[in-house]
Amino acid sequence: MKTQINLENYEKVFEKPDTLKDVKTHYCPGCGHGVVHRLTMEVVKELDIQDKTIGIAPVGCSVFAYYYMNVDMQQAAHGRACAVATGIKRMLPDHYVFTYQGDGDLAAIGTAETIHACSRGENITIIFINNAIYGMTGGQMAPTTILGQKTSTSTGGRNAQRDGMPINMSEIVALLPGTVYVERVAVNKPGRVRKTKKAILKAFKAQQLKKGTSFIEVVSNCNTNWKMTPVEANKWIDDVLLNQYPLGVFKDETGIK
Amino acid sequence: MSEYLLMKGNYALAEAAIRAGCEGYFAYPITPQSEVGEYMSVHMPEKGRVFLQAESEVAAINMLYGAAGAGFKVMTSSSSPGISLMTEGISYIAGAELPCVIVNVNRGGPGLGTIQPSQGDYFQSTKGGGHGDYRLIVLAPSSVQEIADLTYLAFDLAWKYRNPSLILMDGALGQMMEKVKFNPYTEPERDISWATRGKTPDRDTNFITSLWIKPEEMEQVNLRLQAKYKEIEENEVRYDAYNIEDAELILVAFGLSARIASKSMQILREKGYKVGLIKPITLWPYPYKILQELASNDRVKGFFVTELNSGQMVEDVRLGVNGKKEVGFYGRLGGMIYSPEEIVENIIPFCEKNGIVPQEAI
Repeated sequence: MKTQINLENYEKVFEKPDTLKDVKTHYCPGCGHGVVHRLTMEVVKELDIQDKTIGIAPVGCSVFAYYYMNVDMQQAAHGRACAVATGIKRMLPDHYVFTYQGDGDLAAIGTAETIHACSRGENITIIFINNAIYGMTGGQMAPTTILGQKTSTSTGGRNAQRDGMPINMSEIVALLPGTVYVERVAVNKPGRVRKTKKAILKAFKAQQLKKGTSFIEVVSNCNTNWKMTPVEANKWIDDVLLNQYPLGVFKDETGIK
Repeated sequence: MSEYLLMKGNYALAEAAIRAGCEGYFAYPITPQSEVGEYMSVHMPEKGRVFLQAESEVAAINMLYGAAGAGFKVMTSSSSPGISLMTEGISYIAGAELPCVIVNVNRGGPGLGTIQPSQGDYFQSTKGGGHGDYRLIVLAPSSVQEIADLTYLAFDLAWKYRNPSLILMDGALGQMMEKVKFNPYTEPERDISWATRGKTPDRDTNFITSLWIKPEEMEQVNLRLQAKYKEIEENEVRYDAYNIEDAELILVAFGLSARIASKSMQILREKGYKVGLIKPITLWPYPYKILQELASNDRVKGFFVTELNSGQMVEDVRLGVNGKKEVGFYGRLGGMIYSPEEIVENIIPFCEKNGIVPQEAI
């Protein structure tokens, strides 16, 4: 049954930005990717830079980001997003170039590209989605999987002696002189979602300064592979995950309020 | 003033790329081609163009992917172990149909091998290298002049077909100094409507990808690629032929080996043997047709291939000859180079076995 609603007397207070394509995503219900896609594209809309923005999609769950984000994009080989972004930004220094990468892409196979892009101070924005697990391949251990966390390749829980320790990327890249802005945020609560948007907005604005790399780590969930409900997953972020990955600004030399 | 300059092969390559309008160069140093990057680091910024020394060959080829995907004329160069590191990215570039130029100044392998010249990367260059069904346009210069000329061509073919071009040379060509004349370069019209330069209101988004998750789509992409490769095979085969009009023995060699073999041909001619030489310039697409024609000619009694490897291009010669005539082979390995006389010594028993006799003996 179709319900006709007369919108004449309503004020529009919320809508999907046209910087997002009018398609359904393939993400699991409750996943943080949809939220961060939207925040990123809201920022592009608000800065009115759709015609100057080029995004890099990684290998991982967000590999199809170019079907969802209504900006020109390039799909990069696994881990190479920061190198691809470097190639674009060097040729188009006044464009806005961002990578959107998961933890396997950015912090395992692509660590060298990430570190060196940050070290050179490429004027790009790196959006790093850390959900402490490999989503697309079905829940294997990530470099950011925390000690004791059960995954399909650490079924007894991550063991430091066998599997090594989790890696804290924000803390690492903040040490590099090439980064200008590094913040870790989360999207498991409405207030944090708003804060994440502010961080992404500042990160994009930082590109105008040409003073270095802006790096936003978003602690997100993977309720499917964590084998939790979305509500449980968002609670687990607070109760457990943030102990390993504390939120906050690790570096801000942008001068942007 | 003479139009000719005396230049090292690696510098001539870099200068030719600049003259061909190369807008960005991304690479990692490796012997025996580091002079390319050194030259570019000085002369690209002078012209307001991009030079960047990457942290690895892996990063360099992906920077190339990004810059090519944004619609710029770009190049990278490396040598064998570095090219192996790049092959993942090359497969992505071929899959995403991005135009760019990749240079391999071949050194001896396998593994870290040696820094001395080799042609051991023929298979890697012409038969894939990376994963999936793809082809590179492979050009093989045999002199510093040809390095300059084929660099222009490598850019033009890459852009004509939206396909990566590979210049396959070797350490000797990269390091040798010869006279070279840079011909005027005419920039062809380039379509970049597909490139990622920022979505404008008049068009949908452009995206660069090699990912087509539905097999029905991926098959169509492959069929389109194969159709393009067929078109390249039909239009772009290039080779030089020397003394084939009366030849009973056809030498086949590319790059540095072709130069050495041409001297061997001269020695054999002086001894009375009727010898010709086919020098493939495009290693892919390969000049099978001329070999087929020569193999079908009753006068031609055999083919002899010389390569600085264990016998790689010889397989393509055998495909062209298709069993109609004998195909002999002589190679040196691991960075060693044969002399023209050494080739001759190895050809003469082949001639005796196949009834190729010097004219004086008749």
